[in-house]
Amino acid sequence: MSLTEDLLAQNTVQLNSKIPLGSIEDKWDNYKADMKLVNRNNKRKFKVIVVGTGLAGASAAATLAELGYQVDSFTFHDSPRRAHSIAAQGGINAAKNYQGDGDSVNRLFHDTVKGGDFRARESNVHRLAQVSVNIIDQMVAQGVPFAREYGGLLDNRSFGGAQVSRTFYARGQTGQQLLLGAYQQLARQIGLGGVRLFNRTEFLDVVTVDGRTAGIVTRDLVTGEIESHAAHAVVLATGGYGNVFFLSTNAMSCNVTAAWRAHRKGALFANPCYTQIHPTCIPQSDEFQSKLTLMSESLRNDGRVWVPKNPNETRPAHEVAESDRDYYLERLYPSYGNLAPRDISSRAAKRLVDKGQGVGPLKNGVYLDFNEVIARLGHDVVQERYGNLFEMYERIAGENPYDMPMRIYPASHYTMGGLWVDYELQTNIPGLYAAGEANFSDHGANRLGASALMQGLADGYFVLPYTIGNELAPLLGKTIPGVDHPEFKKAEQAARDQYNGYLNIKGTRSPDWFHRELGKIIWDRCGMERDEQGLQQALSDLPALYEEFKTDLRVTGDGMSLNQTLEKAGRVDDFFQLGMLMCRDALSRQESCGGHFRTEHQTDEGEAKRDDENYCHVSAWQWGGDAMSPNLNVEPLEFEAIHLATRSYK
Amino acid sequence: MSNSIKNLTLKIWRQLGPTVKGAFETYNVDEISDEASFLEMLDYLNERLISDGKEAIVFDHDCREGICGTCSLMIDGQAHGPQRGTATCQLHMRKFSDGDSIVIEPFRAAAFPIIRDLMVDRSKFDRIIESGGFITAPTGGAPDANLIAIPKPVSDAAMDSAQCIGCGACVAACPNGAANLFTGAKVAHLNRLPQGQPERFKRVESMVETMDEYFGSCTNHGECEGACPKEISVDVIALLNKDYRKAKFASRKDLAR
Repeated sequence: MSLTEDLLAQNTVQLNSKIPLGSIEDKWDNYKADMKLVNRNNKRKFKVIVVGTGLAGASAAATLAELGYQVDSFTFHDSPRRAHSIAAQGGINAAKNYQGDGDSVNRLFHDTVKGGDFRARESNVHRLAQVSVNIIDQMVAQGVPFAREYGGLLDNRSFGGAQVSRTFYARGQTGQQLLLGAYQQLARQIGLGGVRLFNRTEFLDVVTVDGRTAGIVTRDLVTGEIESHAAHAVVLATGGYGNVFFLSTNAMSCNVTAAWRAHRKGALFANPCYTQIHPTCIPQSDEFQSKLTLMSESLRNDGRVWVPKNPNETRPAHEVAESDRDYYLERLYPSYGNLAPRDISSRAAKRLVDKGQGVGPLKNGVYLDFNEVIARLGHDVVQERYGNLFEMYERIAGENPYDMPMRIYPASHYTMGGLWVDYELQTNIPGLYAAGEANFSDHGANRLGASALMQGLADGYFVLPYTIGNELAPLLGKTIPGVDHPEFKKAEQAARDQYNGYLNIKGTRSPDWFHRELGKIIWDRCGMERDEQGLQQALSDLPALYEEFKTDLRVTGDGMSLNQTLEKAGRVDDFFQLGMLMCRDALSRQESCGGHFRTEHQTDEGEAKRDDENYCHVSAWQWGGDAMSPNLNVEPLEFEAIHLATRSYK
Repeated sequence: MSNSIKNLTLKIWRQLGPTVKGAFETYNVDEISDEASFLEMLDYLNERLISDGKEAIVFDHDCREGICGTCSLMIDGQAHGPQRGTATCQLHMRKFSDGDSIVIEPFRAAAFPIIRDLMVDRSKFDRIIESGGFITAPTGGAPDANLIAIPKPVSDAAMDSAQCIGCGACVAACPNGAANLFTGAKVAHLNRLPQGQPERFKRVESMVETMDEYFGSCTNHGECEGACPKEISVDVIALLNKDYRKAKFASRKDLAR
């Protein structure tokens, strides 16, 4: 018996992924043909709460309101337009085959499953590839100014892990333009009264009554007031948990709180150890650094990655002769070259830096060189393609990339793990959904570039508006618990106690100090490479540091006014608990796959070695009462349309 | 290697709430790396305040990549500080020197009430977008994306103004507290595109009138363009005015053609 079967027999929760019948191509159509509908006039009788206003949240809230549902939208930002989707630079994938280079829904599906190292659920990924084409149509109709050819048609570029050109982009600000598109659609609904917006309001808890989602508890960040909101369904579109590393490319306020508190209320958390380290970020310059900045992967279309062959090289980059350079990605992965997928490129950079071949004052980077493309196409063409990224680099690093190669190094960027959801994007708590980066659904153990925007918009525009109706239809005419229900009161009181608790510790260290220390442990032990000993060490260091957090935290100010230190304390608390689960998950998955690289499990050539016999499953963890005692549940992954194969980019 | 900047004097606006009187307080930062960003310098100061048992200075910030538009600050009287085309979060300490004295205030405008310290309420911008800053295109019915060819110069011009990050520097820099650059940028983005034509005049009319409810009037100072971290040109205000005039004086039935 394989380990997967063994574990399956021990599941503590019945996991039904609700994959529709039929061939892979027909599943989504079959689902839509069979799903229950809510009559247009009845939709206004249902209240849906959407937490988060990034691509997934804004598109879901807008579309649900267009359909006629009453929608309440929550963001902790001052405006829905601030969500971190806005910072995505490179582009969005879609199987349009506008370039006539052999793309198709099937190929995008294959690339995504392979890119995810065969650890995603086939049916969800295929649906994603199917609706990808609708996203581009929708966004163009909304006025998103995608890049165009001189003839007026849409332009594409290539991204890592694909041999076709299927990435649509708006200069280096694709995420911004897509988010503003979705935000404008949401704004229209707010203006029409279909959506009520709660800005500067943070989600604190999900409330369940008799096992079903009844609503949420929030904190008004300006007044400190804790309030309840009842609804028929709740969507968490609250992003990923990359900030568990402290230094990451995530925005400062990105956090795991919403997903984590849902987890503590019974929602399973899947594959937390699948985190993505992005290969092209600006290296850390000093101890003060608060976050890292990404340089779009699109730069690898034209930039060539190299390090000097000699670790003691002292010449500036442009004086190093061609023969003294190691273009290691082109050498190791000739067919994908500089466009090898993110996990593979990141590890290659780490190994060279670890061997002492790093560049820059702290020898903590590799070169990304545009000399060749500037010589081939000219300064102007390069400026047209990447101008704003080059400017951004110069502002941060103080060097001009037209003359000097960029210095880059991997950093935490995206998290593939997240709340476990079924085919309908519903968690195991009825009425609670998770969309976008907050769920674990589509990217397996590694996400391909330009696929996060695609997934966020697919979930919000084209999946949830259908699947939520299927859940709500049977609730017509039934009353739901109101905010005066004791469960709401209990959750409100727990939230007040929690925040007063932070204020009453009166220790010596700030939340940021603990966050930084937590981040160091996670980066060292559960970052780009992991091993049993390191993970065991983390699982003994983390509870000790967490104990210190609970007894030595200092939060100044009070709870009844705007207090950013207090907000941060709650988020760091949740990161501690998540960090322990991440390490536990990484320890239990004794194979390497995608972003999860266990040094004990690698091929002779240093590539990830999967163990399909024992680990071809989703690890979905159930809260066991405290952070150190979760219960493992597994969902076996079955590959019918795609043959399980070794992932090779050579 | 990084150098450090010594002996900074910071005069920072502290204010407990919208209706409480505020005042400048002076803080010293003895040494900070020139690789640090301006906001990292404030983080560092806040860490020190917390360890002294004092309340941290409240300021808005998030992506720290110059794209989300959350950060603000008047630095020595300039919105987003001295570096052109740069949001506060992208400003680095290498632009300052030993012994500098820096005055840090919130964005000041009647339409942006102070919430606390350096944080202001810019939600009136959202009201402008809600009134018309969109194309009505409900999910599901869109035609193929390549159905309408859009000339590259048109698409590029739309993109130039679509880059607005909604930070409010234009309003803060304007002696009248006008939001014409912000409103003009969105109107120029959508009104230039073929998809934006059906609602072109209704859009400009409702956006301008919503804007006028909250913000001051534009008298062509041009300070907004100078303060804009995305360097959006005042040309968008000309387009805003042209379309608004057209919307007001011509028959709607003719305009629809």
